[in-house]
Amino acid sequence: MAWTREDICKVAALELKDGYYCNLGIGMPTKVANYIPDNVNVTLQSENGMLAMGPFPTKNEVDADIINAGKQTITELPETSYFDSSESFAMIRGGHIDLSILGALQVSEKGDLANWMVPGKMVKGMGGAMDLVAGVKKVLILMEHTTKDGHPKLLKECTLPLTGKAVVNKIITELGVFEISTDGIKISQIAPDVTLDEIKSKTSGRIKD
Amino acid sequence: MLSNKTYKNANEALHGILFNGMTILSGGFGICGIAENLTEEIKNSKVNNLTVVSNNCGIDGFGLGTLLQTHQIKKMISSYVGENKLFEEQYLNGELELEFSPQGTLAERCRAGGAGIPAFYTKTGVGTIIAEGKETKFIDGIEYLLEKAIKGDLAIIKAWKADESGNLIFRKAARNFNPPMAKAGKICIVEVEELVKAGELDPDHIHLPGIYVDRIFQGKYIEKKIEFITLREE
Repeated sequence: MAWTREDICKVAALELKDGYYCNLGIGMPTKVANYIPDNVNVTLQSENGMLAMGPFPTKNEVDADIINAGKQTITELPETSYFDSSESFAMIRGGHIDLSILGALQVSEKGDLANWMVPGKMVKGMGGAMDLVAGVKKVLILMEHTTKDGHPKLLKECTLPLTGKAVVNKIITELGVFEISTDGIKISQIAPDVTLDEIKSKTSGRIKD
Repeated sequence: MLSNKTYKNANEALHGILFNGMTILSGGFGICGIAENLTEEIKNSKVNNLTVVSNNCGIDGFGLGTLLQTHQIKKMISSYVGENKLFEEQYLNGELELEFSPQGTLAERCRAGGAGIPAFYTKTGVGTIIAEGKETKFIDGIEYLLEKAIKGDLAIIKAWKADESGNLIFRKAARNFNPPMAKAGKICIVEVEELVKAGELDPDHIHLPGIYVDRIFQGKYIEKKIEFITLREE
């Protein structure tokens, strides 16, 4: 059986190493925080200007001035610090963040990422995604392996406008874990009961043997 | 002797400042840390043809979103404009111009504008449509693109506390774009929750020194709005 979204988050959580500073994107990446092992100490950065984010608040803890980059209410921790947006992106651009976890519309075999725009439909904007992929040490993508109508999202070349060129290191989908290498997409883990043939049939980028 | 930077309200603080076609820089992230009193008064003034530089454009009916309702904005420079149906409508029918700038690039363009740096090289956006028409350069084997600084006629800022000389302290994540925008405005007007006398703030705790601030007033805040209240189970 292929992985559920929860499984994907659990597998992704294993990528968070003790002492890491991480930035988690909106949606499924945010949920990875729920599965960080107890013995692993990770500091979450929020690009709107907060380092060391706590969990969502209880009703009594809600504070309009404490939000994450998804504009959701959040709490602070004893080690929290706040700073302005230019400082926040100095951290990101300057390579001080160890890992960024984001969603994707398309990823190419060379690690190009498209996740911010579908021409002809409404364009919401890239937010901090272009800065993150250009600046952090490692970029991990969580996504469904194919589009809703079954088209591959792991491609030879992205057809949608790029967020960054050659920026993705690793991708986790319901079918497995994939690494971008110099000679194509390397399969590093296959989800239970998924076959290599299924992966190949749902991927149009070059898979490394 | 301190020069007098303090004003009674948004209306007084904006007196003689607004003109059609001006560029306004707005602090805030979503609707957190936005200058809602100043925005309301800019709406009332009916000034139009505005270029607004702000990470977002408020939400429908609140913050900068209200200036869309009154068709006062000609162009937005932003990184993210979701959560705003009216924005989408005006953009798609060609009424509203939009320049996307990646969030970190936008913050740095404003910081640079206030720091006397006309442009800077960044990796952000290399190989994307953001790089189109921009100068690129390889430095130590890595490709960068040149981004120009932003300056504005007016910065509208929200802080938590200010003293009479304009020294500012922000509160928690409401700081966000406020300091870089404040620095890049020819005139910077700040609304605060609490205005105190000089000497009441610890000089070591000032987030933005008063040199960047021209006018200050204590705003009216009935209820701080929240875009998405998200709770954990108790």
